[in-house]
Amino acid sequence: MDTQTGPSRAEASSPGTGSPEFIKAVPVRHPGRWVAAGVLLVFAAMFAHMLVTNEAFNWPFMVENMFSEPVLLGVRTTLVLTLLAMLIGVVVGIAVAVMRLSGNPVLAGVGWLYTWFFRAVPRLVLCVLFGNLGVLYNRIDLGLPFDHYWAPLLGLESARFYSFDTRDLLTPFVAALLALALSEGAYMAEIVRAGLQSVDPGQTEAAQALGMRRSTVLRRITLPQALRVIVPPTGNEATAMLKDTSLVAYVPLTTELWFQLQAIGNRTYDPFPMLVAACLWYLAITSVFMVGQYLLERSFARGDRRAGAGLRLLRVQARN
Amino acid sequence: MVAENIPEADDRMVVADNIHKHYGRLHVLRGVDLEVRRGEVCCVIGPSGSGKSTFLRCVNHLEKISAGRLWVNGQLMGYREKNGRLYELRESEVAAQRRDIGMVFQRFNLFPHMSVLANVTEAPVQVKRMPRAEAREIAMGLLERVGLADKAGAYPEQLSGGQQQRVAIARALAMNPSLMLFDEPTSALDPELVGEVLDVMRDLAEGGMTMIVVTHEMGFAREVGDTLVFMDGGVVVERGAPRDVLDSPQHERTRAFLSKVL
Repeated sequence: MDTQTGPSRAEASSPGTGSPEFIKAVPVRHPGRWVAAGVLLVFAAMFAHMLVTNEAFNWPFMVENMFSEPVLLGVRTTLVLTLLAMLIGVVVGIAVAVMRLSGNPVLAGVGWLYTWFFRAVPRLVLCVLFGNLGVLYNRIDLGLPFDHYWAPLLGLESARFYSFDTRDLLTPFVAALLALALSEGAYMAEIVRAGLQSVDPGQTEAAQALGMRRSTVLRRITLPQALRVIVPPTGNEATAMLKDTSLVAYVPLTTELWFQLQAIGNRTYDPFPMLVAACLWYLAITSVFMVGQYLLERSFARGDRRAGAGLRLLRVQARN
Repeated sequence: MVAENIPEADDRMVVADNIHKHYGRLHVLRGVDLEVRRGEVCCVIGPSGSGKSTFLRCVNHLEKISAGRLWVNGQLMGYREKNGRLYELRESEVAAQRRDIGMVFQRFNLFPHMSVLANVTEAPVQVKRMPRAEAREIAMGLLERVGLADKAGAYPEQLSGGQQQRVAIARALAMNPSLMLFDEPTSALDPELVGEVLDVMRDLAEGGMTMIVVTHEMGFAREVGDTLVFMDGGVVVERGAPRDVLDSPQHERTRAFLSKVL
C-alpha cells in the first residue's frame, strides 16, 4: 500500500472535512498478565493460609507482647536514638563537607581523615569501642594541657578546673549515640559534598558578583539548592539508622527495641513470634519515615521542575 | 607601564592596564588595555575564544588576572599596593569591591529556589543589611522598570528566557551599582525575546549607567554604544566610535570578522 498518497491522508488535510474521527481500535491482548496474576494469587492465598494456620506464629502471644511496656519503651529508645543520631550526623556531615570543600588545606585534610576513619570502622565495632572508652580514661578533667609537666614549675599542683567520672558522662546511651552519630556524620559528609557539587557553579558566581561573602553564598544560595539532592539519600540513611540501632545492644544499651523483643522470645522459649513483631515494628516506623521524607522533598522542590516531576510520579504511583 | 595614581575623582570608571590571563599554559589575555569613562556604554565584540568574556570576568575579579593592573572606580581590584608590593585582598574585601559592580550573565543564573521578588531583594538584605520593607520597595520599583512587577511572586522556571534576563538585570540594579557588566546577555535567548532585553538595556544606558557589554548584537552596539571594542586573540585590536569601527574598520582582522557577522 502506498502510504504517501493514501486517500485518507488527503482527506484529513483537506479543508472542510473537519477534524477526523477518533481512533477506535481493539487493544492488544495480554494473556500473560492474567496468567501471572492468577499464579501470584494462588501463592498469596497459600501464604495467607499459612499465616493463619501455622501455630508457630502464635498471634495472640505476639500481639500481647508486641505492645507490652518494655517493648514500647524499647520503641521509644530506638526512635529517640535514631532521630538524635541523624540530627547530629547531618550537622557533622555538613560541617565536614564544608571543611573538605574549603580552600583551607588543614581543614580539608581533617575532613578527609574523619570520613576515612568513620567509614572504615563498622558500626558494630564502634558501638563496642565507645562502650569501652572508660578503659582509656576513668576520669575526664577540664584544664590546660600537659599541666603535670609545667604546673610544678610554677608551684601549682595542677591546672585542672573540673573533673568528671567517665561513667557519669559516657553513659551507655551517650556512648551508643556517639558511635552511631559520628559514623553517620561520615556518610552524610559525602552526601552533602555531592549535593553541594551538584549546584551549578553559575549560582556561586552570580552570588559573588552581587557582593556576597562565601559563608553567605553557602547559607543562602548553594546549601538550600543542594538540599534537593541531599534529602532523598538522607531518607535512606534514616531508615538504615533505624535498623542499626539494633547494634547498640553491644555497647551495651539494652533498652532498645530489638534487644527487648529478643529477650521476651528467649525467656518464653518462643522466639519466632517476637521476630515477626520486630519486622512489624520496623516496617511501621519506616513507613512513617517515608511519609516524612515525601513531605520534606516536596517542600525543597520549590522552583525546580525536574524534582517536581519526580514527586508527581511518586504521587501517581502511590495512588495506583 | 603601570599607570600612575588613579585619583578617585577621575572620570575614568574602568582602567585596564596591560591585563594578562593564563589558564595553565593557555594564554587567554595577552595584554588588554582599555579605559571606560563614567556614563560610557562600551560594547565589546569579537570571535569566540577572543577573551572578551574572560576580560569582563576579570573586571569584577571573578577571574584573577595573571599580570597587569585593573582599577574600577579608583580602586585597584583584588589587591592592595603598598611600598611597591602587591597584597591580596581578603575574601570579604573582594566581596565589598564587587558590591558596586553589577553583572548580568549569558545564562541568567537566577536563584531557582527563590521567587522573583526574593531574587531581587536577596543581596540588599544579606549584603547591605537593608531592612526588608525597604528592599522590597526598591525591588518592586525595579521590577516595574523592567516591566515585570506582575511576576514578583513567580519562580524563575515559570518565566521565559527574556523575562528571566530582565529579572537578572533588576537583581543587579538592586545593589545600586555604578558599573554594569553584561556577558552576552541575549545569546541564550530565542530571537523574538532579544528585543525586550535590549530595550531594558537601552533604557539603562539612557539613564547614564556606565556599561561594558560583551555582545553579538551589532545593531545594539551601533545605536546604544558610545565606543566599540573589537577583541581578537586576547588583545584589543581596534577601538573607536561604533559607526567608524563597523563601517570602516582599520584592521584586516576586524574586516574579516565583520564580513562574517554582518
